[in-house]
Amino acid sequence: MEVIVASTVGVLTAGGVYLMLRLRTFPVILGLAMLSYAVNVFLFSSGRLAIDQAPILSLYEDLSYSDPLPQALVLTAIVISFGMTAVLVMIGLGAYLECETDQIDIESPDTDEAGEDRTEKDAKA
Amino acid sequence: MNDGGHLLFYIAALPFLGALVPGIMIRAGRNACASFTAVPTALALVLLGMLAPAVLRGEVIQAEIMWLPQLGLSASFFLDGLGLMFAAMILGVGLLITLYARYYLSGDDPMGQFYTYLLLFQGAMLGIVISDNILLLLIFWELTSLSSFLLIGYWKHLPEGRQGARMALAVTGAGGLALIGGMLILGNIAGSYNLTDILTQGEAIRASEWYLPALILILLGAFTKSAQFPFHFWLPHAMAAPTPVSAYLHSATMVKAGVFLLARMWPVLAGTEAWFYIVATTGLVTTVLGAFIALFKDDLKALLAFSTVSHLGLLTMLLGFGSPFAAVVAVFHILNHLTFKAALFMTVGIVDHEAKTRAISRLGGLRHLMPITFLIGTAGALSMAGIPLFNGFLSKEMMLDAASDTVWAGSDWAVPVLATLGSLLSVAYSFRFIVHVFFGPVRDDYPAKPHDPGFGLWAAPALLIVAVVAIGVAPFLAGPIVAVASGAVIGGDLPYYSLKIWHGVNAALFMSIIAVAGGLVLLAAHRPLLRAWDAAPRPEAKAIFDALIGWAVAATRSVTEWSHNGTISRYLAIFTVASVGLGWIAYSGGGLAAPSREVLPVPPVIAVGFVLLVTATLWVATMHHNRFQALVMIGIIGLSISAGFVYLSAPDLALTQISVETVTIMLLLLALHFMPKTTPKESPMGLKLRDAAIAGVAGLGVAGLAYAFMIRDVDTISAFHLDNSYEGGGGTNVVNVILVDFRGYDTYGEIIVLGIAGFVIYALMQALLNGPAARRLKNADYSQDRSRDRHPLMMVVVTRVLMPIAVLVGIYLFLRGHNQPGGGFVAGLVIAIALLMQYMASGFAWTQERKKFEYHTLIGFGMIIAGLTGLAAWLLGNPFLTSEYGYITLPPIEKFGLGTAFAFDLGVFLTVLGAVMLMLYSLSRIARFAGETVNVEPMDYDPGERVADEKTEV
Repeated sequence: MEVIVASTVGVLTAGGVYLMLRLRTFPVILGLAMLSYAVNVFLFSSGRLAIDQAPILSLYEDLSYSDPLPQALVLTAIVISFGMTAVLVMIGLGAYLECETDQIDIESPDTDEAGEDRTEKDAKA
Repeated sequence: MNDGGHLLFYIAALPFLGALVPGIMIRAGRNACASFTAVPTALALVLLGMLAPAVLRGEVIQAEIMWLPQLGLSASFFLDGLGLMFAAMILGVGLLITLYARYYLSGDDPMGQFYTYLLLFQGAMLGIVISDNILLLLIFWELTSLSSFLLIGYWKHLPEGRQGARMALAVTGAGGLALIGGMLILGNIAGSYNLTDILTQGEAIRASEWYLPALILILLGAFTKSAQFPFHFWLPHAMAAPTPVSAYLHSATMVKAGVFLLARMWPVLAGTEAWFYIVATTGLVTTVLGAFIALFKDDLKALLAFSTVSHLGLLTMLLGFGSPFAAVVAVFHILNHLTFKAALFMTVGIVDHEAKTRAISRLGGLRHLMPITFLIGTAGALSMAGIPLFNGFLSKEMMLDAASDTVWAGSDWAVPVLATLGSLLSVAYSFRFIVHVFFGPVRDDYPAKPHDPGFGLWAAPALLIVAVVAIGVAPFLAGPIVAVASGAVIGGDLPYYSLKIWHGVNAALFMSIIAVAGGLVLLAAHRPLLRAWDAAPRPEAKAIFDALIGWAVAATRSVTEWSHNGTISRYLAIFTVASVGLGWIAYSGGGLAAPSREVLPVPPVIAVGFVLLVTATLWVATMHHNRFQALVMIGIIGLSISAGFVYLSAPDLALTQISVETVTIMLLLLALHFMPKTTPKESPMGLKLRDAAIAGVAGLGVAGLAYAFMIRDVDTISAFHLDNSYEGGGGTNVVNVILVDFRGYDTYGEIIVLGIAGFVIYALMQALLNGPAARRLKNADYSQDRSRDRHPLMMVVVTRVLMPIAVLVGIYLFLRGHNQPGGGFVAGLVIAIALLMQYMASGFAWTQERKKFEYHTLIGFGMIIAGLTGLAAWLLGNPFLTSEYGYITLPPIEKFGLGTAFAFDLGVFLTVLGAVMLMLYSLSRIARFAGETVNVEPMDYDPGERVADEKTEV
């Protein structure tokens, strides 16, 4: 089981990083969402794995429980990562609507030769 | 702490407090401004005078305020003889400079600024000499570099001023960095950052293997500050500053900071071979080189600047000798050099001010035109040359005496000969100063008609010259201060020395005579020598410095432009690779303990889920060009993870994950509607392979890390939460109790973040819809994406029926959250989904009309309720967010616990609901701008009406 969880984290991280390195906003957002899954599972797994030991206390018998602390942290992390994904989506959408392109790379104006040409043209115009 | 120790704090603080005043007082006029600048200086001087008797008796006054003693951080000051001498010099000359600058600066110069900078500098300099904690000393050290930068560049319109200021900052700042390293090493060896402790540990420090690195770093700091070869070049360029600044910083105080540091550290660092060869040699080279260059400078200030370099070299050399007698001479010469050099700088300032030039070739014959200035300047220069009856003579004789028996690398003539050469050159340029400026015929081509200035301008140098002559004639006047300061430098018994004019016929006297005679001969041969000097090729320090800086800038720029080129994918790639690299370093640094946990078995259903998840992930990664498909796959991943949480004993996580998943997919779908539906295939194969390699390595690393810790046990604090959840928090769902009770503060912060995210999205949308994007949206054609039946009957009916059920489920999850899986987060999400279904089924406008409250208000109320719950704990005298609970029995229901945690969870619930709704509502508002028709009916196609129509037709 540990191997499964660890490879889940690994596969999701790899997928997330790969998508994060793409050149358009939408895959990058998907990549970050996937990466946040990976992080959540990773954090969760730091409490070690347990089966049928949900941290719901039984008042009547003595049981062992899984570690509740990482679960609490991950719970808020899931909600927060939703909030962050939403903000990213909004920024990505806004950028697309304003610039009519969803490319994420900015060409630096002072190193780009084409950029200089453009300003010269502007000056002439 | 001795009596009066607290006065040290006032002395240290006064200049900084005073620095606030001139900028304001300049509105009341230049005299008021100057007077108010003098007040803090004079006050500090008075306070120092109150402490002086005790120090002269040999006491050391200490004062300390602890800040972080564990880190060795404290504001501690101490005043011993050396500190007293320097502090008196700094404040005394500061007072004179204030007076001088009042008359020197012209009406166009912003005087308020000048005095503010001056006081800042004074405070920093004073801090250096009275700091006990070396970390504090380092801060003041850097402050002198910064404030001198402001002062050198005071005439902002002059390019020389700006360049000189930059150069000074670069050189002294670099030295300051080295000094920080050296001081930290020193503090580590000594086990304390307090100078008073370090000074007692000399032997341990000299024996330490870290001695040499510490020494070299500290010397780098001292040498750059005190303009020692090969860092001497910044000082002449700093002469672009107004003359009061040159007189104060570049002769009397700041450049002496390096010498001060050498003197301060003398008991700890001196006495080794490394110290002797590095310090004495550098000093010797600097003193000869500086004097030699000074001889050929046409600019009077440059002449004085190189002369200062030469004298600083002299001081460094004396301290470098490592003998107590030489240290006494150094202390005495510090005092003498201050008096005559500051007076000389002010004289040059007066000449410059009146004749409007300070080029020696354009001057001459001024003794008739400016008799007072002539007297002051001549007296200063004679002292600089080391002529009897002036104080320069006394310390020069003693210096030659110290040099005459110093053996350098087995040679007993090298140091005496070079020291004599240095004083010979010194005589030559001093006499050149007198003869070429004041003697000779009166010219008729001065840029302005020179005459003596008013009393205000010559008072300060005249006072200094009085001191020059007084000490020169009656050396015992300086006796007490020299004795106590030397005692502080040596840190032990004083050697035999006597401050008097006539020491009898000895080697030093002959060396002195040779120096004076040789100097006069050099002056007589100055004209051909100057021609030879001008013809000789020599390295230009500024050009070398500029080339070095240019090279450094080009190198950093190429790094920056490679790594920071505006491509976010590149940053992320660098970031990922760096993280993996750091992880690898950390991993290879330490070993792993043996696995201590049994590995759990894998049931087939989990294996199936895993395969599903991996397939979906690979699908998204490789086929993400079809964005809609990618979204579906993301949904599969999220659901698989929720299933995993269920299996692995985390019901709360599963509930949250599944509802967040739903909301996320809805959000992304909404956004996708307005974005391109496909991603163009534009990445070249090489890039894809590179990214895949990075991603693969990152994934492997994280997977390995996760696996490594999952098969090992660890002690956690969770047992505490499990034990106290029911007794202390009144709930059996430990995860929920942690969220609303144990770590309620975290949760409070998190709902605030979520609320802010909601508002950010709303604000962004608002800005977007007021910009050009709104027009573009209006003109875009979305008709092809649209289904004929946008609000299908089945969906409308089902969501209407589901609404109360979903709300009920939400309330149920919320209420039982404290004891069973559920709680505010999940409940908020479930109810949000129930509401969103209505938006989806019947459209934005229809649902909006039936909305009775604003989502902003929900967020606000949620935060207020959670916050008030926290504050309520204060009423009971407990810390913020301490929870209270009790058991309540309502007849039909079993006894249940009700606590303040419930109210807090209500706040969480409302905020989550409000934030999620606000986010999706904001996005769906775009639709209104994208030409979506507004429907007032719940569905487009109403079968009831259709039937009625058909009936009427029939």
